[in-house]
Amino acid sequence: MTANRHKLAMHDLGGVAPFADRPIDRREHALSHFDKSVDALMYLLSHPSRRLIRVDELRRAIESLPAAKYHGLSYYEKWLQAMHDLLVEKGVLGKDEIAARLAALRAAGAKP
Amino acid sequence: MAGHHHDHIHAGDPHAPVAEHGPSPEYLLLERAVRELLVAKGVFAADDMRRQIDLTDSRNPAMGAKLVARAWTDPAFRKKLLAEPKAAAGEMGIDVSNTPELIVLENTPTRHHLVVCTLCSCYPKAILGIPPAWYKSAAYRARAVKDPRGVLAEFGTALPPEIELRVVDSTADLRYLVLPRRPAGTDGLDEAALAALVTRDSMIGVSHPLSPA
Repeated sequence: MTANRHKLAMHDLGGVAPFADRPIDRREHALSHFDKSVDALMYLLSHPSRRLIRVDELRRAIESLPAAKYHGLSYYEKWLQAMHDLLVEKGVLGKDEIAARLAALRAAGAKP
Repeated sequence: MAGHHHDHIHAGDPHAPVAEHGPSPEYLLLERAVRELLVAKGVFAADDMRRQIDLTDSRNPAMGAKLVARAWTDPAFRKKLLAEPKAAAGEMGIDVSNTPELIVLENTPTRHHLVVCTLCSCYPKAILGIPPAWYKSAAYRARAVKDPRGVLAEFGTALPPEIELRVVDSTADLRYLVLPRRPAGTDGLDEAALAALVTRDSMIGVSHPLSPA
């Protein structure tokens, strides 16, 4: 098993220690507005009328995040990071364009 | 599970627990920037976002419970739900367009099903809404395929050892819904009363439906 573990991709968690030895945190979490917004963004971008990001592309982008991000970001933060990366990769949005918008929002003291 | 301590997240530690914190200010701002740019480019309208959030809010396990209760009371519908799940769901007014393939797994006196997505979080969202946090957790994804009876026990679900337990692993293109067994003592109940016994967790397979009061 230990030898095999090193061949597994980061997201391939079936049976993998130490997660497989941990109790499951069964607490319910209400979705935040952020969670719902990111979920809605993905739905709209993947809708057949747009097809800008397919679900498999989202998976690929999530699964190729650096391990620190994969294990450190929340579920929908990972989605957003992956969508951001895909939109830039596909040229839908420019990296500079996003940076400029972020800077403008920060300068305006925008609250998210 | 009251009393659970909340582990801190150590970025960089691949063994750190799945993050359960709220969004960071950085990501809240990124969401806004990306959304505003996409609206400005006419990819979609601001209204589309609001409509989609409303739609997501309207999707919840009660929809799945209606399917299950109908299957319990209508043998023809049960047959259709097992043979053509999407068509059956559509018949009940559930919008399953733009959703991946769906398989409905029927629990029997000799076989129980448990659904997991070891790779991510694939789930029949069109029918049950957004999956619970534990379904997406590393612990559930890792354990469901290794120690499924232990997982059931943790959810307080008794499954006699002679009942076969089949664990199914969902993918992005194929989602599973469990058709749980109708509880004993429900002969006189109508469809709505039956649906009230069908929990989200019973359609994932981590628990049984509720018993009638």
